[in-house]
Amino acid sequence: MNWIQVGRLEDIPRQGSRVVKTATGEIALFRTLDDQVFALNNRCPHKGGQLSQGIVHGKRVTCPLHNWVIDLESGAAIAPDNGCAHRHEVRVAHGELFLEAEAGVCKA
Amino acid sequence: MMVKNKIRLVVIGNGMAGIRTIEELLKMSADEFDITVFGSEPQPNYNRILLSPVLSGEMAFKDTILNDWSWYEQNHITLHTGKTVTQIDRLHCLVETDDGIVTPYDRLLIATGSNPIMLPVPGIDLPGVLGYRSIDDVEKMLAASMPGKRAVVIGGGLLGLEAANGLSLRGMDVAVVHLCEWPMERQLDKVGGGLLQQALEQRGLKFYMSRQTDAILGETSVTGLRFSGGEEIPADLVVMSAGIRPNIALAKSAGIHCERGIVVSDTMQTYDPKIYSVGECVQHRGQTYGLVAPLFEQAKVAANHLARYGAMRYEGSSVSTKLKVTGIDLFSAGDFNAGAQDEELLLQDAARGVYKKLVLRNNKLRGAVMYGDTMDGPWYFQMMRDETDVSEMREHLLFGQMHIGDSGHGGTAAVANLPDSVEVCGCNGVCKGAIVNAIIDKKLFTLEEVRAHTKASASCGSCTGLVEAILANTLGGDYSAQPSKKPICGCTEHAHQDMQQTIRERGLKTIPEVMQALQWKTPDGCHVCRPALNYYLLAAWPGEYADDSRSRFINERVHANIQKDGTYSVIPRIWGGVTSPAELRAIAEIAERHEVPTVHITGGQRIGLYGITKENLPKMWSELVEAGFVSGHAYGKSLRTVKTCVGSEWCRFGTQDSTGLGIQVEKMTWGSWTPHKFKIAVSGCPRNCVEATIKDFGVVCVDSGYELHVGGNGGVKVRVTDFLCKVASEAEVLEYCGAFMQLYREDAHYLDRTAPWIERVGLAHVKRHIVDDAAKRAELYARFLESQRYSQDDPWKERAEGKEAHEFTALATIA
Repeated sequence: MNWIQVGRLEDIPRQGSRVVKTATGEIALFRTLDDQVFALNNRCPHKGGQLSQGIVHGKRVTCPLHNWVIDLESGAAIAPDNGCAHRHEVRVAHGELFLEAEAGVCKA
Repeated sequence: MMVKNKIRLVVIGNGMAGIRTIEELLKMSADEFDITVFGSEPQPNYNRILLSPVLSGEMAFKDTILNDWSWYEQNHITLHTGKTVTQIDRLHCLVETDDGIVTPYDRLLIATGSNPIMLPVPGIDLPGVLGYRSIDDVEKMLAASMPGKRAVVIGGGLLGLEAANGLSLRGMDVAVVHLCEWPMERQLDKVGGGLLQQALEQRGLKFYMSRQTDAILGETSVTGLRFSGGEEIPADLVVMSAGIRPNIALAKSAGIHCERGIVVSDTMQTYDPKIYSVGECVQHRGQTYGLVAPLFEQAKVAANHLARYGAMRYEGSSVSTKLKVTGIDLFSAGDFNAGAQDEELLLQDAARGVYKKLVLRNNKLRGAVMYGDTMDGPWYFQMMRDETDVSEMREHLLFGQMHIGDSGHGGTAAVANLPDSVEVCGCNGVCKGAIVNAIIDKKLFTLEEVRAHTKASASCGSCTGLVEAILANTLGGDYSAQPSKKPICGCTEHAHQDMQQTIRERGLKTIPEVMQALQWKTPDGCHVCRPALNYYLLAAWPGEYADDSRSRFINERVHANIQKDGTYSVIPRIWGGVTSPAELRAIAEIAERHEVPTVHITGGQRIGLYGITKENLPKMWSELVEAGFVSGHAYGKSLRTVKTCVGSEWCRFGTQDSTGLGIQVEKMTWGSWTPHKFKIAVSGCPRNCVEATIKDFGVVCVDSGYELHVGGNGGVKVRVTDFLCKVASEAEVLEYCGAFMQLYREDAHYLDRTAPWIERVGLAHVKRHIVDDAAKRAELYARFLESQRYSQDDPWKERAEGKEAHEFTALATIA
């Protein structure tokens, strides 16, 4: 594992998202109302919409382009839609955010 | 698998009502219940409304199964089929079946449905005499239905006619016997019934009307029928379809209060508070129901109370009916027999085989009968339930909702005749065939379900009427029409009007407060309810409520319009469409500096800059602000533009200073948030070059003053404005405009444009507040101006100065 520090928890607003740019594309980090943090590729499996721009609710985000709802824990689209935004490991330690940038896995 | 502390729920009746209640319950609290179901039929839950297509051979029984065996297993439901509960011991909370199974309950749900009424005539017990209620009846009928043999159906109601048609399609020689003068007298008037009878006669059915059956003839099996006059007709098979009767024997024997049905309260509880009841066996507020839509509404309420949410009430249903006979279009809803205080609107076109009757009382629709062209059935039904004031649209009411669906389908009369390849939803490219298949394969009943599975009508919504019509047509009989007060989303049981009312009456000031007060099921809502709540709070408490940017759609959160590639558009406000060389130069220089890929003249008399990356937005805004521009709100559910023509200043036809007036209106209204986008135009003369009559608020200047028009729409569903009134001065234009916007802001549901809002509440309602009552108008206007005091800070300037900077920068960049 290759953990990279990308910022602090308070850099992301509650129910909000920030983007980390990488050589292979953008990763969106989400912070839920209860301060859990998740990371997904910043591309909706439907038409590539930027998930970071969506509304975060519960452990879900709604894509701003066509309202697909993506589960933040698994990256999977909520039925009846079907698809997966690959997720990345992210950890919060002492308020610092650490991202595992390399392996995007589909847990769905 | 009994787990301690689980609530033991026993359901008597394995039919649509009982199982729907369980489904609703599982959605709310899947783990809390230990569920046992008893069904007297040997099959799993099947769709009883589809018995007729099975009888006619248009469908196989297996396609009507709603919940197969594995569903019960997956949900850990103990299922006893082919077993009849014969006793309820209310004292010890036990039920017992005919073969001795005893099961204890904490909560009991009785969903025993109904039985066909078997006329008390001699010969009723002969072999060859059948009811028509279950798949067992259908199988017996099919076994007896040899082509060429003679069948007689007693009862010319909905079910009777469907049975007759089915048997006829199986090659039998079918006659229908009916007590009344015309068929389906509970759904159709004499003319409509006559048309239906004619159409069915052409298909080979025989009718014996106004006949009472005295006896069924035969010694070892049926041979014929005798009417009360002595007339006899031959028969090899007799199907009884003289109505249904709630099946209350079991409840009655347990001492539960019954009248015609099991009497239940608005919470679907019987007089025994541990015992609930839903479906055709219940009597609610004196009514019994034999259709699916009300039963689904009841299931929702019963589940809500079983799950101890205690939030919903069943207040009765208004129902609509459609006959499931392929090729016959018939629709009926409400009370269609006009009384002394009612008015009738009639349309009869014999050549096209079209008949429509609408019954009005006090300018509201009370009933509708339609034959031959039922396209507008759902629309009339909706207005009936919304109690829309139709006085302003009487003249064209009978001709239907023009341009239902995409404008291209406006003239299509019968939805049944649309080929499968017709594109119904232009936004998402969904054809009629795909919708029909999804409804059948996925067993969908509601508009919401069709939206979720096909995306049809899920975007702009203009084809909603068409999709509803397809749904009604495919399901036939009684599809589950949306209740007029439906929950805003899955997070709550409450409708828009509940929210608006609760926020105002209880003085709720934040989103979490509203969610708590109205018992939200999710911790922080979803993308549907949060923006709505944010708007309602903003509209209710101007200056006091702090806008929640996390509950704004991205466009309103970053004050720019997201494009398909993730870049944004920037459209500065150009007051009344009037600009200057200096302004144009500033825009040109900014566009060049930022290498803007597309510069486009918008439909709203402005200039749009496209392809701006998010990081670049604050920089560009600061330059625009520097040059004197403010946000054009081209991204918001807010005042968009005020289009004007050059009016009396230049035009040889101009009657008033439309340009100056438009600028005044825009200066007054800009920055206001509204339930949906709001567009205004001011035309200098009746030639109406700026198309004021398809705007939300349109002013047409005339020599003697200003005509005010409202509720227009130039989108997918073009709607011409309604004429509101004429005023004499510019000051009045401003007052009426502000008052109208405020009424819309306070009254409409979030995401309702002015057009559907006015269609729902009726123009008369708007006139009462804005035109007839000067005091109300003044109050509305004052509230609008008060709200504007807090909304005219330029959001671009704020963000150029650093507000919400995190929105526009990446958290980190890693190699």
